Amino acid sequence: MLSLAPRAAGGWARLPSACGAAAVLRPSPWVEKSPADHAAFTRPCSSQKKVTRVCVRNGYSFGRLDLLGRRGSPLAHASVFCPFNLPKYKGKLDMSLFPVENIRNFSIIAHVDHGKSTLADRLLEITGTIAKTDQNKQVLDKLQVERERGITVKAQTASLFYNYEGINYLLNLIDTPGHVDFSYEVSRSLSACQGVILVVDANEGIQAQTMANFYLAFEAQLAIIPVINKIDLKNADPERVEKQIEKLFDLSKEECIRISAKLGTNVEKVLQEVIEKVPPYAGQVGYLIAGMKEVTEAQIGDTLYLHKQPVEPLPGFKSAKPMVFAGMYPVDQSEYNNLKSAIEKLTLNDSSVTIHRDSSLALGAGWRLGFLGLLHLEVFNQRLEQEYNASVILTAPTVPYKAVLSSPKLIKEHRKEEITIINPAEFPDKFSVSEYLEPIVLGTVITPDEYIGKIITLCQARRAVQKDMVYIDEHRVMLKYIFPLNEILVDFYDALKSHSSGYASFDYEDAGYQTADLVKMDILLNGNSVEELGTVVHKDKAYAVGKAMCERLKDAIPRQLFEIAIQATLGSKVIARETVKAYRKNVLAKCYGGDITRKMKLLKRQAEGKKKMRKIGNVEVPKDAFISVLKRQSEK
Amino acid sequence: MAAPGGWRARTGLAVALRSQRAARQQRTLQKPLPSEEPLRAALYVHWPYCQKRCSYCNFNKYIPRGLDEASMRSCLTQEARTLIQLSQVHRISSVFFGGGTPSLASPQTIAAVLETISRCAHLAADAEVTLEANPASAGASRLAEFRASGINRLSIGIQSLDDAELILLGRDHTAHEALGTLEEAKKLFPGRTSIDLIFGLPGQSVASWTKGLEELLQQCDDHVSLYQLTLERGTSLFRQVQQGSVPAPKQEVVAEMYEVAREMLRDTGYRQYEVSNFARNGALSAHNLSYWQGSQYIGIGPGAHGRFVPRAQGENLREARIQTLEPDSWMKEVQAFGHGTRKRAAQGELEVLEEVLVLGLRTDVGIAHQHWLQFAPSLSLWDVFGTSVEVKELEDQGLLLLDNRGLRCSWKGLAVLDSLLLTLLNQLQQSWADRTAHGT
Repeated sequence: MLSLAPRAAGGWARLPSACGAAAVLRPSPWVEKSPADHAAFTRPCSSQKKVTRVCVRNGYSFGRLDLLGRRGSPLAHASVFCPFNLPKYKGKLDMSLFPVENIRNFSIIAHVDHGKSTLADRLLEITGTIAKTDQNKQVLDKLQVERERGITVKAQTASLFYNYEGINYLLNLIDTPGHVDFSYEVSRSLSACQGVILVVDANEGIQAQTMANFYLAFEAQLAIIPVINKIDLKNADPERVEKQIEKLFDLSKEECIRISAKLGTNVEKVLQEVIEKVPPYAGQVGYLIAGMKEVTEAQIGDTLYLHKQPVEPLPGFKSAKPMVFAGMYPVDQSEYNNLKSAIEKLTLNDSSVTIHRDSSLALGAGWRLGFLGLLHLEVFNQRLEQEYNASVILTAPTVPYKAVLSSPKLIKEHRKEEITIINPAEFPDKFSVSEYLEPIVLGTVITPDEYIGKIITLCQARRAVQKDMVYIDEHRVMLKYIFPLNEILVDFYDALKSHSSGYASFDYEDAGYQTADLVKMDILLNGNSVEELGTVVHKDKAYAVGKAMCERLKDAIPRQLFEIAIQATLGSKVIARETVKAYRKNVLAKCYGGDITRKMKLLKRQAEGKKKMRKIGNVEVPKDAFISVLKRQSEK
Repeated sequence: MAAPGGWRARTGLAVALRSQRAARQQRTLQKPLPSEEPLRAALYVHWPYCQKRCSYCNFNKYIPRGLDEASMRSCLTQEARTLIQLSQVHRISSVFFGGGTPSLASPQTIAAVLETISRCAHLAADAEVTLEANPASAGASRLAEFRASGINRLSIGIQSLDDAELILLGRDHTAHEALGTLEEAKKLFPGRTSIDLIFGLPGQSVASWTKGLEELLQQCDDHVSLYQLTLERGTSLFRQVQQGSVPAPKQEVVAEMYEVAREMLRDTGYRQYEVSNFARNGALSAHNLSYWQGSQYIGIGPGAHGRFVPRAQGENLREARIQTLEPDSWMKEVQAFGHGTRKRAAQGELEVLEEVLVLGLRTDVGIAHQHWLQFAPSLSLWDVFGTSVEVKELEDQGLLLLDNRGLRCSWKGLAVLDSLLLTLLNQLQQSWADRTAHGT
C-alpha cells in the first residue's frame, strides 16, 4: 500500500494521472512522508466521526465496504489525503480551525469558451492560492489536450481561503468539464458540491451546454449563482442574457452578477455570493490513496467508513454507460504490448472507458473500446498519442444496437430476449428477431433564428424528429430533436457549424432506444465476403454507406493481375459496386547498372508488403485498404 | 587541351591497339565457360555532364561551369586502372559510355579511357564499345572522331519525333536534327546504331505515338529501345504533373502504347529481347545483356555503380559498389586514393540470386537452367519454383513458363513482370530459408 510515495515528483505523489492538481497550487509536504504520517491524517476525520463523502478523483476509487471487510483490509490501510493547503500544525493540517459552517464546496459550470477556467484562475489569484501573473491561463486544465482544445476533461479541485467579514472561510472549488460526454465527471463533482457558479457569455448568451449543465445542477438541488461573463467585450449584451436566464432558468435579473473574469471586474462579488448563497456542508473534498491493486475494485460512488464501524451507505452514482464504440489497434503489431500498457494506464485515469479485447483478421490484435461520446473518444485518443506517445488505428465509431430476439433457440443461447450487438458479426438475422433497436439521444440546438431552415433540413437528413422549438429571446431559438445516436456520431457537429456560420451550439443527452429498421451490409471482393468490413446500418442509409465504402476500397486496393469486383450487399442484393481493373503493364522501363540497386530495394519492399497482405479469395488486400475503410474519417 | 597533333598520335595508337586486340580475339572466340566468369567483366564509364537539364531526367548529371576535361580524363583512366586491378579480371567484355551526355566528352578522352582499359586487361578488338549520343552534340565529323577513338556502337537519344514533345522533355534538339544524326550514325556504325524513344508523355495519344514510331521504324537501324516515361521525384516534369500544369499520363493509355509498339516492332522483324529493347539481325547490346545475365561489371566515373568481386583484396563475395556522386569530390578522391568508391556492400548468395532472377526474367529467353546453376549449384530452378502453388497459378494464367529450358515470362507476362516478381522473390526467399534450415 501507499506505494505511490516513491513516485513522488515535485513534492507531490503522482498517480499516472493528473492528480497533481494540488501540486501546482501548493505542494503538500505530507505526501512524501511515511505511512505512519499518513495515518495521522485520518485523525481529523475520525475525531469528527463523520462519514466523508469522497469525491473520487481520477477514476481512482476505493474498495467497497464489504469488499474491504472481506479482504480483511481495514480502512487504516487507506489514508485520507486533503490536497488543500490547510493551516498546518507541525506540517499537519488542523481541520478544527474550519468548523463546517465555514466550509463551502462549489463548482463552476459553463458552455465551452464562456470563461469558466478564466474565472477559476481569478478566484485562485484573489484568494492568494496562486500568485497573480499574466501566465495564469487555465491553471486547472493540466492535460495537453485540455489546453489545446480549451476544454476541461478532468475535474480538478482547489482550496481557497477567504476572509469575509472577519471570518476565515475554506472554499473548495471543483472545476468541472462542460461537455456532455464528461457529464459523469460533472455529476460526480456536483454531488460533492452544494452550489454552482453558472457562467454565461455576455455576447453568446445561453448555449446548448449551458442548458445541460443547468439541469444537472438544478436536479441536484444546488444553489445556483448566475454569472454573466465577458462584459468587457464590445458586443456584450448582458441585458439580453439576463432575460434569457430569467426565461429559461427562472432566476431573477437581480441575482445575476455581471463580471469580466479576464479583467477581474466584480469577481470578488462572486466569492462573496458563494459564501452567502451556498449552504455549508459537513464534509471535505479530496482524494485518498488506498492499497488497492485492481482498478475494478474501485467503483465510483463508494462509501467509505472506518474499520469495524459500518455506516449506512450513501446513494451511489449511476455508472457511466458507453455510448460509442470503436476498435483500437496498434499501427504495428509489435507495438501491441506498449499500447496495452498505455491504455491500461490511461483507463486507470479514466475508468469510464470500457475495454474488450478484440482481434481483426486485417488489423491484428486490439481492443473494442466504449466511450461516453465522441469527444470522449477523441480526447482519449489524443491523450494516448500525447501522453503515451502511442500511435493507433482507430476504427469508425459504432453505437450499441440491440435486438429483441424471437427465436427460442437464440433466447436460450443468450439466456435473454434482448441482446446488445457491438460486433456486426453477431448481428442476428431478421427471421430470429422481433425488432431491432438503436440508441437515441435528445439533442438541443441553440441557434440564431436565421439558420433555422438549414438546421431543420440537416436534422431531417439525420433521421431526427423534432420535439420542441422555443425562442429564448427575440433572435435565438432552441430546438430539441430526438436523434438516432449513430447519425450524430461522425460529422454532425461540423455540419451544424458550417450550416450556421459557426453560431449554433449543440448538446445531447441519452434518451434510450427506439425501434429501427437495421440491416447488415456485407462487402464482397470477387464474391468473397470480407468479414471485418461487415456493418450494421439503417436501411435508409445502406446505399450511401455501401457506395462510400466501395469507393474508398477502390482507391485503396492496388491493381492486380486480374479484375476485382468490389460489392456492397444486403443479403443477396448488390447495392453498390466498383471495379479495380487488371494490370496490363507493370514493369520498370529502365533497368541497367545504376537502376538495379534501387529496383531491388523497391521490389523487396513490395514483396515484403505482399506477404503481409490479407487474401480474400484470390484478392490481396493491403492493411492500408482496411484502415482507409475502417478508420474514422476526420473530414467530409 | 592537348595539341591537335598530340591527339592524332593517340588516335593512331588506338587504331594500333585495335588491331592487336583483333589478333588476340582469334584465341578467345569461343563462349567463355562459367569458370571463366570471375575473370571477365563489363565496364561502364559515367560522364556526368550535360549541356542542359532534361525535364524528366533524375540521373546523376551536372551542368558544368569551367570543366577541366584533362583532370576528368586522368581521373577516369586512374579509376579504371585501380578498379580493374582490384577485380583482377583478365578480360573486359564490353564498354559503355553513359551519362550525362558522354558525346560531350572529347574523343580524346574516350580514346584515353579505352587505351587504359586495354593496358590493364584484354579488350577484344570487336568487343562492343558503346557511346550514348545526344543529337545536339553529335555532328557527322564528331561521330567519325568517336569511331576513330574506339567507339563501335552508338546509342542515340532521339526520344521523340514531335518537336512539341521534345520541348516538353526539355531536349536541346529538334526532330529534324535527330533524324540527321541518325542518318550519319547509320553510315558510320552500320548495324550498330541504336535509338532511344520515350512514350507515355503527358498529353500523348496512342495514335500520335504510333505515328511517330512508324516513321522511325522506316529509318532506324537494327536496335531500338523504348522507354515508358517514369515521372521521377525531383524532376521538373514531375512537379509540372503534380501541380496539374500538364496532365498525368493515364495507366490504361500507356499500357496500350506499349502493347501496340511491341506488336509493331515484332511485325517489322525485331526481336524483343528485353522489356524495353528490340533488335533485328542479331544486333543485341552485349553490354546491357551482361547486366541482365547477372555478370560482373565495373563502374567508373561519378556515381557509377558496379558489381564485382574485389579479388585483389582476397574477397570471395561480390560487392555492390557506388562511386562518389558529385564530380569534384569524386575527382579529389580519385586523385588521393586512386578511386572514388563511396559505398561497398558485400552481396550474399541469396542477394545475388535475387538479382539474377529479377534481371534474367527481363529477357525473352529468361533464365536457363544452366545459367541459374552457375550462381546456385545446389538449388535448381525446379527446386525453388517447381512445387509452388502460386507459381503454378501464374503459369496457369499464361504469364510464366517453367520448362526444360528454364524459367521465363510469356509475351503477356513480360508486360506485368514486376507483379510476377513479388511472388517469385518471396518463393525464392522461402526456398532459400528452407534449404538453410535443412542444412543441405
